[in-house]
Amino acid sequence: MEKTWNNKAWFMVLPVLVLVAFSAVIPLMTVVNYSVQDTFGNNEFFWAGTDWFIQVLQSDRFWDALTRNLIFSAIILTIEIPLGILIALNMPKTGFGVPVCLVLMSLPLLIPWNVVGTIWQVFGRVDIGLLGYTLAALGINYNYVNNVFDAWVTLIVMDIWHWTSLVVLLCYAGLVSIPDAYYQAAKIDGASRWAVFRYIQLPKMKRVLLIAFLLRFMDSFMIYTEPFVVTGGGPGNATTFLSIDLVKTAIGQFDLGPAAALSLIYFLIILLLSWIFYTVMTNSDAQS
Amino acid sequence: MARINLDHIRHAYGPNPKKPSDYSLKEVHHEWNDGGAYALLGPSGCGKTTLLNIISGLLQPSEGKILFDGKDVTNLSTQDRNIAQVFQFPVIYDTMTVYDNLAFPLRNRHVPEAEVDRRVKEIIEMIGLSDRAKKRAQGLTADQKQKISLGRGLVRSDVSAILFDEPLTVIDPHMKWVLRSQLKRLHKQFGFTMVYVTHDQTEALTFADKVVVMYDGEIVQIGTPAELFEKPKHTFVGYFIGSPGMNVLPARIDGSSVDLDGQKVALSFAPKIAAGAKTELGIRPEFVRLGREGMPVTISKVEDIGRQKIVRASFANRPIAIVVHEDGEIPAEPKITFDPNAINIYANSWRVGGEA
Repeated sequence: MEKTWNNKAWFMVLPVLVLVAFSAVIPLMTVVNYSVQDTFGNNEFFWAGTDWFIQVLQSDRFWDALTRNLIFSAIILTIEIPLGILIALNMPKTGFGVPVCLVLMSLPLLIPWNVVGTIWQVFGRVDIGLLGYTLAALGINYNYVNNVFDAWVTLIVMDIWHWTSLVVLLCYAGLVSIPDAYYQAAKIDGASRWAVFRYIQLPKMKRVLLIAFLLRFMDSFMIYTEPFVVTGGGPGNATTFLSIDLVKTAIGQFDLGPAAALSLIYFLIILLLSWIFYTVMTNSDAQS
Repeated sequence: MARINLDHIRHAYGPNPKKPSDYSLKEVHHEWNDGGAYALLGPSGCGKTTLLNIISGLLQPSEGKILFDGKDVTNLSTQDRNIAQVFQFPVIYDTMTVYDNLAFPLRNRHVPEAEVDRRVKEIIEMIGLSDRAKKRAQGLTADQKQKISLGRGLVRSDVSAILFDEPLTVIDPHMKWVLRSQLKRLHKQFGFTMVYVTHDQTEALTFADKVVVMYDGEIVQIGTPAELFEKPKHTFVGYFIGSPGMNVLPARIDGSSVDLDGQKVALSFAPKIAAGAKTELGIRPEFVRLGREGMPVTISKVEDIGRQKIVRASFANRPIAIVVHEDGEIPAEPKITFDPNAINIYANSWRVGGEA
C-alpha cells in the first residue's frame, strides 16, 4: 500500500491538546502570571519579578507548614504501606470471601472526602461522638480541638482508615497475578513463609507498590479537605498544611501574588519529590 | 532415593465423589522402583499432573496411601517428603542471582555453605550457566530459565525422587534434545528415581525405562517402549503411541477368523471374547504390507515424510494408514496383507490375549 506522508495526524491529537490547555496549561499560566505581578483593584497589574517567591521562601509560615506536610506524609507512608501489604497478604484468594473483602475495602474509597472529614469530626467529638465519648468514658483525656497531639492522631487515623484500602487493593492485584507454580516451587524448595514473601511476593508486588507509594505520597502531601473539615488547621496552626495555608493566603487574605508563588513552589516540591522517589525505586531495580 | 508405592490412590477435586466419573484420578495402585526412570504419558487432562502432585504432596489424595520405602507419607507436607519437582513453566526467583537461585533449596534446608558451594558449582557447570552465576536471574531466555528450574531440582543430592511436569514444553526442539540427554545421563550417574510427565511420546519413549500411559484418569498400560509399540493393551495406547497411530478396525470374530466388513483375516490363535463385546482388530501401519496380493484398498493420499511414506487409504470402508519404505513402490492395483504376528484383537477396547 502507498503510504502518504503529511501532518494531518496532528488533527487527531488536537482535541486532547485543547482539553489539556483548558484544564491545565491555561490555569497554570494564569497562576504564573499572578506570581510575578502585584495586583490591585480595577485589574491593575504591576511587575513584581521574583519578590513574591522570595517573600514566601523567607517566611516561617511556609517552612512550618512544609515541615508539617513532610512529617504527615512520612507517618502516613510508614504506616499505610506495610499495613496495606499485611492486609493484602491475608485476604482470601478464592471463594466467597473475595468479593466480600473487596467491597469492604472499597467502601472508604467511595466516600467523598469532605464527608470523610465530617464523619471523623463527629466521631471524635467528646460530647456526642462515639470515639470521643468512649475515650472520655474510659478516662482518657482526648480532645482534638485543644490538644495538638490528639488532633494529629485523629488526622492520621482518619487517613489510614480512608486510604489504606487503596494500598491493599493495589497489592492484592499484584498478589493474585502470581501463578500458583511459584508457591508450589517454593514449597518444593522448602522456602519459609518469610522467604516466600521476600523472594516471590514482594518482587511481584514491586510495580504496584511503586504506584501505591507515589499515589499515597502525592495525595497525603496535598491533603486539604479532611483537616480543613476536622480541625480547620488548628489547634493554633498545628495542622495547617501547605494546602490550607495556601487557601488562607489566596482567599482569606486575598494575597494573590504570594498565593500564586506558593502554589508554584508547592507544585515543584511535589514534582521533585515524586521524581526522586520514582528514580530511586526504579533504579534499585535496574542495578546489578 | 526411594521406592514409591501408591496404594489404591484415588482423587476427586470436588467434594463427596460418588460416581467413578467424579474422580479425576481413578484408582491407581502401583510401585515405582528405586532408581527407575518413568514417564507418565497421556493427553492433556488425563490426570498426569494430579498424580504427580499427589506424589510430591502438593495435593492430598481423596483416598489411598503413599509410601516412600515402606513409610507412610500421605500426611507429610511437601518439605518433609524431600521431593524435587520441576514445573511446566519455569519458576525463577528473579531478584536473586543465578547462583543464589540454585543455592536456595539447599540454604532453606540449612546445608553447610561449603557443601552448598560445591553442589551449586557442579550443577551450574552442568546446565552451562557458569558465566552468569553472579548475575541476576532476570532477562534470561525461556530455556535458560527452565535450566535454572531443573538445576534447583537436581541440586539436592538426597532427594527421594525428582518429578518433572512437562518441563520441556517451553524449550525449543534442539535444546529439548540436549536437555533430555543430560537428564538421562544424570539419571545413570546418580540413580535418582525420576518420574517424567509428558504428552509427547518421543520424549517419553526416549527418556524412560518404563512408560506409564494414562487415559481418562486411569493407568491403561505400564511397559517398556517396545511393549507399548508391539502389544498395546488398550486401543488408546495403540492410537496414542506411534506416528501415525495404530489402525483400529471394527471386526467380527469367529474362532480364529476375523471378518472385516467382508474381508477375512486368519489369526494364529482363537481369542476368547465375552458375548456382546465390541470387537476390533488393531494393526500398526508399519506392519501392513502393500503389494499386489491380498485385500484391495483404495489409496487417497501419499505423504512423503523423508525416510518413509505414509499411505492414506480406504480399506473395507474404513480409513487405514500404511507405512511404506521410501523406495517402496505403490502398485496400480494396490492390495494389502497384515503381518499375522502384529495383529492385536480388542474386546471393548482392551486387548485380548494372543500369547496363549
